[in-house]
Amino acid sequence: MVFSLDLLAEAVLFGILVGCFYAAVSIGLSVAFGLLDVPHIAHPAFMVLGAYGTYLLGRYGVDPILSGLLLAPLFFLLGVAMYRFYYETFEKRGTDAGVRGLAFFFGIAFIIEIGLVLAFGVDQRMVEAAYIGKSMSLGEIRIPLRLVVAFGTALLLTFFLSLYLSKTFTGRAIKAVAQDEPALRLMGANPVRIKQWAFGIATAVAAIAGAMLIIVGPVEPAMDRVYIGRTFCVVVLAGLGSMSGTLVAGLILGIAESIVLTMFGASWAPAVAFGLLLLVLGVRPQGLFGR
Amino acid sequence: MKRLLAVFVAMLVSSVAFAQQGPIKIGMSMPQTGGLAGGGKAALVALRMWVEDVNAKGGLLGRKVELIAYDDQSSAANTPGIYTKLIDVDKVDLLIAPYATVPTAPIMPLVKQRGLLLMGNFSFQVNATVKHDMWFNNAPWSDAPSWFAGFFEAGQKLGAKTVAVLAEDQEFAQNLRKGAMALIEKHKLKVVYEQNYPSSTVDFSTMIRAIRAAKPDIVFVASYPNGSVAIVRAVNEIGVGSSVKIFGGGMVGLQFTPIMESVGSSLNGIVNYNTYVPGMKYPGIEEYFARYAKKAVEEKVDPLGYYITPYNYAIGQMLEQAIKATKSLDHRKIADYLRKNEMKTIVGPIRYGPDGEWANPRVVQAQFRGIVDKNVEQFKQPGKQVVIGPQQFKTGEVVAPFEKARGK
Repeated sequence: MVFSLDLLAEAVLFGILVGCFYAAVSIGLSVAFGLLDVPHIAHPAFMVLGAYGTYLLGRYGVDPILSGLLLAPLFFLLGVAMYRFYYETFEKRGTDAGVRGLAFFFGIAFIIEIGLVLAFGVDQRMVEAAYIGKSMSLGEIRIPLRLVVAFGTALLLTFFLSLYLSKTFTGRAIKAVAQDEPALRLMGANPVRIKQWAFGIATAVAAIAGAMLIIVGPVEPAMDRVYIGRTFCVVVLAGLGSMSGTLVAGLILGIAESIVLTMFGASWAPAVAFGLLLLVLGVRPQGLFGR
Repeated sequence: MKRLLAVFVAMLVSSVAFAQQGPIKIGMSMPQTGGLAGGGKAALVALRMWVEDVNAKGGLLGRKVELIAYDDQSSAANTPGIYTKLIDVDKVDLLIAPYATVPTAPIMPLVKQRGLLLMGNFSFQVNATVKHDMWFNNAPWSDAPSWFAGFFEAGQKLGAKTVAVLAEDQEFAQNLRKGAMALIEKHKLKVVYEQNYPSSTVDFSTMIRAIRAAKPDIVFVASYPNGSVAIVRAVNEIGVGSSVKIFGGGMVGLQFTPIMESVGSSLNGIVNYNTYVPGMKYPGIEEYFARYAKKAVEEKVDPLGYYITPYNYAIGQMLEQAIKATKSLDHRKIADYLRKNEMKTIVGPIRYGPDGEWANPRVVQAQFRGIVDKNVEQFKQPGKQVVIGPQQFKTGEVVAPFEKARGK
């Protein structure tokens, strides 16, 4: 294995870039699973759906980032409708909603995958943009611009989502519904509507994350399988429901993977990342930023 | 009038017999979703074309032929269950393996234990340890030297002394890597970088930078489609350095038209294995591709289908010849026939070695040249993939170093 301080520094730098991408693809789940306690394993499938939407708009010359933003309102409505259905058929009916919900969201993920196969075929799809396939130089280091874009988007998403959750009435209500639902009800707010709204936001964020997904690499309908483990890992490592924690957890995962990959071999990267998760949960069961 | 009546009665009797006996059922799993679906869906189109053709000619042994195909989702975990169902519940007459090595490997012990004929489908070395005597692979290769001899010979001619090896951590790519390592040893090359990466790898920038830092003369890659595209993209963005003379070898996916089209000019300079490039001539193959192209549009699969589809049609042709010659569906008799005779197919004559792999392999190493972005038609032209080895198929010399071949 090749080792040098330059290589280590590059590994950390690329870890930061990839880590921010991990945070971008996990932040919607942080709302759905972290705050609402909904076992939303279809979140990566919605991202892939967002990626295909971006691909579709890209055929008309729309920039991928703009596509993500344009798709977000549609995904918001989709999220609202899906939560309502989940609430009526599972959550409302009993305490084992979580377990049955897993099957529900697994089914949704599979339907999305098959739907994409039928609509687009099984081949990989990519988009074009000025920042894809090009790199920028930082001294001797060449950095792919697509990763820089993902880095910037993750920072912006985290910033605006944190701001929304802490400064607006609805945002604070979303946080409150996660902590104490009966108390929120006593304050005159409808928890189901708040959750519905929050799930809509989580799904809208998945559309933007989907745009990031297809910017970073080609997508195919089954791509969601790669991200199920990683996104849940980031959210749990962060501490359920913490937006800034999601960013930090993504960074930790990205940097750990990158260093391990450079110094010890790529095969160890996923094992070390999940080992890290176990270690953190052993010391802090509530996650890094959980209360 | 009497003669007409006799013909009519004969037709009636034969059609009743046709219906009574039921169809010959050929079972398989085929990736229709997941990472291997691009190849799997196209392969199934080709097999269905053969079924249409053989049924139009009256079927086999007076019976229609029917395909039973299940989606294995590109997962090796699903294939043992599917093949058990095909054998015990569907009671198929014959079996074809799923596309690719990874889903095929776990069914090898099953078919050997049951003593069943299995027509292989672009697997690599799955029978090397199982040693099933009723296995016949449609892919035009046998062992690792049959894949990479041209690649490493070209590297050595360019004066290469060192090599970097990047391989996906799964059955197929690891088999390729092991074979390549034997050739690396044979050519006395020094390994300066060796990395196995998991299939879930998102970005290859870190690995490509490490390869650049190691300054190898040759970069050998054994990858599946998702990895192949991501690697090509990372190489385009970061570069592998001026030391590299030749790059590629065993990258699955760079033979698929949709991928070639979308990767476009980033392919230039890469030397990679292939099973068919425009310019190779076999009786009937042009007509086949013309018919396939129409089906491909309807089925939304690889529009050219050079890599895998004619070899799937060839599976049907081989079964057809063996069944007609032996007048039987007995697996042992068909296997004996396949082993002893040369088969005539649209991918040329096929003769099998004792291990069920091709006795005369026909894998070429070709270098992408003059590829432009967004143009499917260019891949139909000879000269866009120049065969640099093995010697008997050579259409040109390798352009090196890699950066020069890429036009950088």
